[in-house]
Amino acid sequence: MLAFKLAFKNLMGAGLRTWLNVSVLSLAFVIILFYNGMIDGWNRQSRRDTIEWETGKGQFWLPEYDRYDAYTIKDAHSPLSEEIQAEVKKKTLAPVLIAQATAFPQGRMQGVILRGVDPEQTVLKLPASALAASGDTDYAIIGKRMAETAKLGVGDRLLIRWRDKNGTFDAREIQIASIFKCDVPMVDKGQIYLRLDVLQKMMGMENEATLLVAGSGFGNKTLQNWEFKDTGFLLSDIDKIIQTKKGGGSIIEGLLLIIALIAIFDTQVLSIFRRQKEIGTYIALGMTRTEVVGIFTVEGAAHSILATLLGAVYGIPFFLLLGNVGISMKAAQMTDIPISETIYPYYSLSLILVTIILVVISATIVSYLPARRISKMKPTDALKGKLQ
Amino acid sequence: MENDSIIKIEKLIKRFPVGKTEFTALNGISASFGRGEFAGLAGPSGSGKTTLLNIIGSLDSPSEGDVDVLGNSVSSLTHKQSAKLRNRHIGFIFQTYNLLPVYTVFENVEFALLLQKLSRSERKKAVMDALEWVGLTDKVKSRPSMLSGGECQRVAIARAMVKRPDIVLADEPTANLDSKNSHHIIQTMKNLSRELKTTFIFATHDEKVMQYLDRIISLEDGKIVKDDVKTDSKPQDHVSI
Repeated sequence: MLAFKLAFKNLMGAGLRTWLNVSVLSLAFVIILFYNGMIDGWNRQSRRDTIEWETGKGQFWLPEYDRYDAYTIKDAHSPLSEEIQAEVKKKTLAPVLIAQATAFPQGRMQGVILRGVDPEQTVLKLPASALAASGDTDYAIIGKRMAETAKLGVGDRLLIRWRDKNGTFDAREIQIASIFKCDVPMVDKGQIYLRLDVLQKMMGMENEATLLVAGSGFGNKTLQNWEFKDTGFLLSDIDKIIQTKKGGGSIIEGLLLIIALIAIFDTQVLSIFRRQKEIGTYIALGMTRTEVVGIFTVEGAAHSILATLLGAVYGIPFFLLLGNVGISMKAAQMTDIPISETIYPYYSLSLILVTIILVVISATIVSYLPARRISKMKPTDALKGKLQ
Repeated sequence: MENDSIIKIEKLIKRFPVGKTEFTALNGISASFGRGEFAGLAGPSGSGKTTLLNIIGSLDSPSEGDVDVLGNSVSSLTHKQSAKLRNRHIGFIFQTYNLLPVYTVFENVEFALLLQKLSRSERKKAVMDALEWVGLTDKVKSRPSMLSGGECQRVAIARAMVKRPDIVLADEPTANLDSKNSHHIIQTMKNLSRELKTTFIFATHDEKVMQYLDRIISLEDGKIVKDDVKTDSKPQDHVSI
């Protein structure tokens, strides 16, 4: 307690030097929090969107299916059993039939993926109800990205050509019934959504699907011939992207922290050099060398506590503002990364605590290193202020 | 005097390495000091005065011989034990005062008591008493930078005396003071020594100080050349404690 009291007294007494160090450290602290908060906010948003729009609470795949290999689509289809159909009726499962095709927007040729979905499904956020209209026209829905790249609008007609299960080419004109906005590129880019029964008929695969998306009410049931893929597996790509981003960010954070810590280290070295008489006086007054080392270490470490407090003074309003207005990510929208137009940073208690602990421990270590010299100082030399 | 000795020095030798050779700062010193003695070590620069004070104060250790302070052999004390000895029983007064610049007068004097873990009220009373002895109760909240040299040294005396030590070691306490302040400081210390039975040992070559001392040990080249006990040192003003 005495060490803390003395350390804070000395820090305050050092005036501007202390506040310069504290300012640099607090800036590092706030930037670390800001960056990690932004990544965490993005992570939460992209996971939530991907679950809502693409993966659901998990998916059932046929053993032949591989989402990274388009060649597997042709053979990965299976009839929907009565058990599955019952779940579909309960809206706890959403079957999806997938097929490759070529679209010809304004006479150009573009490879696309056709996805057949049940217009009544509620497992995914996909606005499939727009496909419900019946008649002579085959309606389709597409995402905003697809609409922009193919220059399509609502009501536009689009020629598509595909090969059915027997390998026979066929072609048909479809009409865009709706364009949805989605932040998950996999759901949007190059994807055309048709009614499940329409696509089944087009492919000659009546009552068949490529995969089944499970909703929250499905539970932990198993389905014969189908393999369950949980969200951990389905979101692993996002996790990898986030980890990569965090890794890149941690280099910048590390550099910032190192700059701040070098400033503290430098101050401590200078302080011990300049305050030898004071160190000698502490020892003459009855402090042990270990206690004096403690004072100087706590003094250095106290920079981090002041930095945390200072960071809170300007960081909290800044983070609250960002939490409300968000950070625009429009430029990143056209990439394959699931990212929304605006990211709302997320600052968890664990993130704040871990960052504080990181800053305090690093500051303590860089303060202790120069302070160790005190234990080797001869008190008589220290009292004279002799250089060592 | 021998029987009441609180400091006993036996054949003390202190050597310092100087390059590849050694310099002998103290060469076979033997002496003892009794409780309440007001003594001084006199001699030219480099005669070993400060070295002897440092060893008595357990800030340094003998190369040979023994120094016994209040029953503790200085050479056999651990760092922790010597720190405790200094904290409880020895006060230091330095030529350059060595006050802690960021602390107030009160806090500077209080510092020694913080290490003794006394209660706040006990500390306050002791500090105010000490400041009263040196006449600085009106400077409680001042920082050292706001005080004159004489006032700083009086704060240093209060800091040394606040724990009522058995021994006070003063290294050239008047070297930075003018004549008037020097007399006042020495007079104050002499009164405190008498009232509290504190042993004062000075390292000095200041004639003004010497006229107050009851005993002057003259050192030359690390040896005692004269040990002079006076009977007619200057009379004291009374300090009420």
